[in-house]
Amino acid sequence: MSLFSKENGEIFKGPLNLNNPIAVQVLGICSALAVTSQLKPAIVMGLSVTVITAFSNVIISLIRKTIPNRIRIIVQLVVVAALVTIVSNILKAYVYDVSVQLSVYVGLIITNCILMGRLEAFAMQNGPWASFLDGIGNGLGYAIILVIVGFFRELLGFGSIFGIQLIPDSWYMENGGLYINNGMMTMPAMALILLACVIWVHRAVNKEEV
Amino acid sequence: MEHFISLFVRSIFVDNMIFAFFLGMCSYLAVSKTVKTSFGLGVAVTFVLLITVPVDYLLQTKVLADGALAEGVDLTFLAFILFIAVIAAMVQLVEMIVERFSPSLYAALGIFLPLIAVNCAIMGASLFMQQRIQLDPETSTQAISGVGDCVAYALGSGIGWTLAIVGLAAIREKMAYSDVPKPLQGLGITFITVGLMAMAFMCFSGLKL
Repeated sequence: MSLFSKENGEIFKGPLNLNNPIAVQVLGICSALAVTSQLKPAIVMGLSVTVITAFSNVIISLIRKTIPNRIRIIVQLVVVAALVTIVSNILKAYVYDVSVQLSVYVGLIITNCILMGRLEAFAMQNGPWASFLDGIGNGLGYAIILVIVGFFRELLGFGSIFGIQLIPDSWYMENGGLYINNGMMTMPAMALILLACVIWVHRAVNKEEV
Repeated sequence: MEHFISLFVRSIFVDNMIFAFFLGMCSYLAVSKTVKTSFGLGVAVTFVLLITVPVDYLLQTKVLADGALAEGVDLTFLAFILFIAVIAAMVQLVEMIVERFSPSLYAALGIFLPLIAVNCAIMGASLFMQQRIQLDPETSTQAISGVGDCVAYALGSGIGWTLAIVGLAAIREKMAYSDVPKPLQGLGITFITVGLMAMAFMCFSGLKL
C-alpha cells in the first residue's frame, strides 16, 4: 500500500466532514465549548489536540501488539499524559498568555474523548502511517468546529477577530450608533447553542449520509 | 465551617461542572437517556471525586510542589501523569467494589463505569484544585487550603454534576414525544436544551455566601 493511496486519503478526509469527531461521533465536546470564546485560544487548542492525537496514535499503533489487553487503558492514558505534559510545557514557554487563557483545559486534553476514542477504535488495529493520518484528520476535524464556533463568538461577543476590532467605533451606542456587542456570546451557554446550530447545518447538508 | 459551606454551595450552583466549565460532557450526553441510570452514574462520579480530589491534594502538596520533597526539587510537571494514574486506579477499585456489593448497579452502568476514568469532570476537579491551592484563603471564597476543603469541593462538584445529569435525563424522557425538526433531532436539540439549562444556572452567578 503506497503512502498516499486512495484508501489513506479517505482515512484522512473522512473525519474532516462526513465522520467529524464533534458533529457526528460526539467526541471531545468539553473542551470544544470551553475554549472557544475567542479565536486565538481556539486555534491553539485545535492544533495541540491535532498534534497529540497524531503522535499518540502513532505510538500506540507501534506498540499495539505488545500491550496486554487488560491494562491497555492505563497504557494509553500514560502515553497521552506524557504527550500532553510536553505540549503544555511548550505552550507555557512560547505562547504564555494563551496557555493562561486555556488554563486547565490543556491538562484536560488527557481526558478528551477524541484521543481515547481514536486510540481504541483505530490505532489498536491499524499500522502507524494510517494511524498518523487518522490522528491528523480527526484533530483537524475537531479544530474546524472550534474555529467556526470561536469565529462567531468573538465576532458577535467582542466585535473583533484575533483581537483586532472589526466593527467601526462609530457604530456603537456610546458613540451615537445603533450597535451593541452581544454579551451573551461570551457566556458558556451560547457556546452550546452555537454548536447545536453547527450540527444542525451539518446534518441538514449531509442528509443522506447521516 | 463557613468556608466549607460556601465552597460546597458555590461548587454546586455557581461553578457547576457542566454548566460553567462543560466538564464530563461526553458521558453527560451519552448516559442521560433515563433518569435511573443517570442517577447511578452521578453517584459513582461523586464517589470517585470524593476519593481522588483529597488524594491528589495530598500528592500535590506533599510530593509534587516546589520544595515539598527536598529543597529545590519541583516535580509539578509530573502532575498530569500522577493525577491520571490515581484516577485510573480509583476507578478500578470502585468498579470492583460495585461489582462485589451491588451487581444490579454494576450491570446498569455497564461500560460507563470504567469510562469514569476518562470523564473530564474528575480530572478537571483535580486540576482546578491544583490552581486553587495558590489562592489566598483569607480573601478568596474559592481557595482550597486543606483536606476538609477538598472534601467539600469534591462533594459539591459531584452533587452539581448529578443534579445536571438527572435534570437533563428528565427533560429528555419528556422530549421523546415532541416534534423536533429532523436534522436537529438527537444531538442538536440536546445541546440547545443544555444551553437553556446553562442560562438558567447563570442566575446563580451572583450568589455570595
